[in-house]
Amino acid sequence: MSTTTPARPARPAPPSSVQSTLMVAEREILSQIRSKSFLISTAVLLLLVLGGIILSSVLGDRFGGDTKVAVVPETAAVIADVDGLEAVDATDADAARALVESEEVSAAVLPDADADNPLGVVVVGLDSAPGGVLDALAITPPVELLDESGSSEGLRYLVSLAFGLAFMMSALTFGGTIAQNTVQEKQSRIVEILLSTVPPRALLGGKILGNTVLAVGQTAAIAAVAVIGLVVTGQDAVLSLIGAPVAWFVLFFLIGFVLLAALFASAASLVSRVEDTGPVLTPVMMLVMIPYFAVVFFNDNALVLTIMSYVPFSAPVGMPVRLFLGEAAWWEPILSLVVLAVTAVAVTAVGARIYSRSVLRTGRRVKLSEALTTAA
Amino acid sequence: MLQLEGISRTFGDRLVLEDVGFTVERGKLTGFVGGNGAGKTTTMRIVLGVLTPDSGTITLDGRPLGDQQRRGFGYMPEERGLYPKMPLLEQIAYLARLHGYEKRPATERARELLEKLGLGERLTDPVDDLSLGNQQRAQIAAALVHDPEVLILDEPFSGLDPMAVDVVLGVLSEHAARGVPVLFSSHQLDVVERLCDDVVVIAGGKIRASGEKEALRQRYAEPRYEITSAGDMGWLRTEPGVSVVEFDGGYALFDAEEATAQRVLRAALDAGPVHAFSPVRPRLAEIFRDIVRDEERHDDEPAAARTKETVR
Repeated sequence: MSTTTPARPARPAPPSSVQSTLMVAEREILSQIRSKSFLISTAVLLLLVLGGIILSSVLGDRFGGDTKVAVVPETAAVIADVDGLEAVDATDADAARALVESEEVSAAVLPDADADNPLGVVVVGLDSAPGGVLDALAITPPVELLDESGSSEGLRYLVSLAFGLAFMMSALTFGGTIAQNTVQEKQSRIVEILLSTVPPRALLGGKILGNTVLAVGQTAAIAAVAVIGLVVTGQDAVLSLIGAPVAWFVLFFLIGFVLLAALFASAASLVSRVEDTGPVLTPVMMLVMIPYFAVVFFNDNALVLTIMSYVPFSAPVGMPVRLFLGEAAWWEPILSLVVLAVTAVAVTAVGARIYSRSVLRTGRRVKLSEALTTAA
Repeated sequence: MLQLEGISRTFGDRLVLEDVGFTVERGKLTGFVGGNGAGKTTTMRIVLGVLTPDSGTITLDGRPLGDQQRRGFGYMPEERGLYPKMPLLEQIAYLARLHGYEKRPATERARELLEKLGLGERLTDPVDDLSLGNQQRAQIAAALVHDPEVLILDEPFSGLDPMAVDVVLGVLSEHAARGVPVLFSSHQLDVVERLCDDVVVIAGGKIRASGEKEALRQRYAEPRYEITSAGDMGWLRTEPGVSVVEFDGGYALFDAEEATAQRVLRAALDAGPVHAFSPVRPRLAEIFRDIVRDEERHDDEPAAARTKETVR
């Protein structure tokens, strides 16, 4: 190219698609973390999470009263001086276990004949390690669970709600940001300059990448605050229960968000003004909200959860909940993740097609069929 | 040399460009003239590769234009667009980086160019805070920051005050002088007349005329002359073969054959001292009106046979 104009200094080679994508992503991230509204809303969100955890800890202590623990005469001395535990006398070990099973007490402290156990006592819980009891005891004795099949109703509901809410909030916030930025670029017409400089795929890819980094970053920050909060307030027993499902959730969220981001961007590219985004975004919003409501209403319905955990749009919520409940076999999250990833790739490809064909069409809303069939 | 040949494009069932072809020479400013909806912006977008043509080819120095080459082009779209909240310098530097410059040289180029365009004081301001004229200059900086191989500017002078027009013109001429083909559209015909070397006229999606500005003026010139004499020119009205267009004492504007005009000049010299005598070339605006009016007449005749192009 420069051979035609030898007198001029050589211009650098145009960057590759990957470099362009990264630059677009960088701008996307920088402009977001520099905006006051984003920083304030993130700070408020983190404070709310932290506040919620502290509040639940304080309220739990105040209104929870003393935790009832069944003891037999041999073990009565173990908890006699412990704050927060109230001894319920049982005649023998079997009676104590019966009290645990009928949920009249949270746990039972029984003598343990095992020579490896220096404490000589064992804590018996129904389905989970009784955190309150273990915390109250200075030294953690071994735990024996009578019912290892599942978790309690309350925790099941809370965890389902947490996964559903975290996914929906984050997807709506950052999906909305992508949609808004897409329309703004179209409305301010800078998209014409950008498209004469970088390929549409790089522009769309950078947008998705940048906002995915932001969304996952914010979610990770919330998770970090939650973990710190739980540890500081002494509720870290919960952590051991949800650790693995949370890790899967982050993985599913990452890929699931790419899928949604492509949908948000291509839907938004159909309209020319920020005011017009409502109708085109509604179907996408529905897709984001359905898993939340489904998991809230059907978290005790194994069939619905199983379906949810494989449908790509709800898998990021459905599969971690099933993992938490211990209902999923080891290969199920992997299969579901593959289904999700394949869908994400396919939808992103179609999204890129819609995006590159409609992003320059201004004026009236571009029909989806037109965007898919007509040439750019 | 940038060359377009046989470019056609439809939007839906509307034919927007029909067999468009013209050249943009290196080292020249080429003006692209046409009414609203004539197809200027569509043509430019096709040159930039932002739109694809249904048929036709575009070559640069005889070689087909590819995406890689196009990315070295500088483009200023008709609808101004920059990120409203992003600081000016950062924004222009970002565009330079998208063209392949490293961060530091990109910032340096952006700063230098913005200072040259008179925006040195506003480097950290968001684009939103600039006046319309300054936003326009920023837009031109966005098109020029990567030292483009070809410059395509859609209405670069609209909304600029005369001083700014001169600044921008200076920068554009500088690029043209380095051998860059420069194509810019405008519907301010007097600006095009003053600034460019070549002119392309488009109407209803078809190229009506293209070539050197002076050649065009000559081609469309009616045999019209202007004479200013110390004496009264009233006698001209009775002169055979002469039709007087305008008359005011010693001044007359008249249409006549070349030989007749020479005879008139001799007669005028006999009558008294002649201060000025010259053929009158039409202004671009007049040519443009004539071309477009002619076309409308032609278009109306076979109107029944073909679908009329709707000109928005």
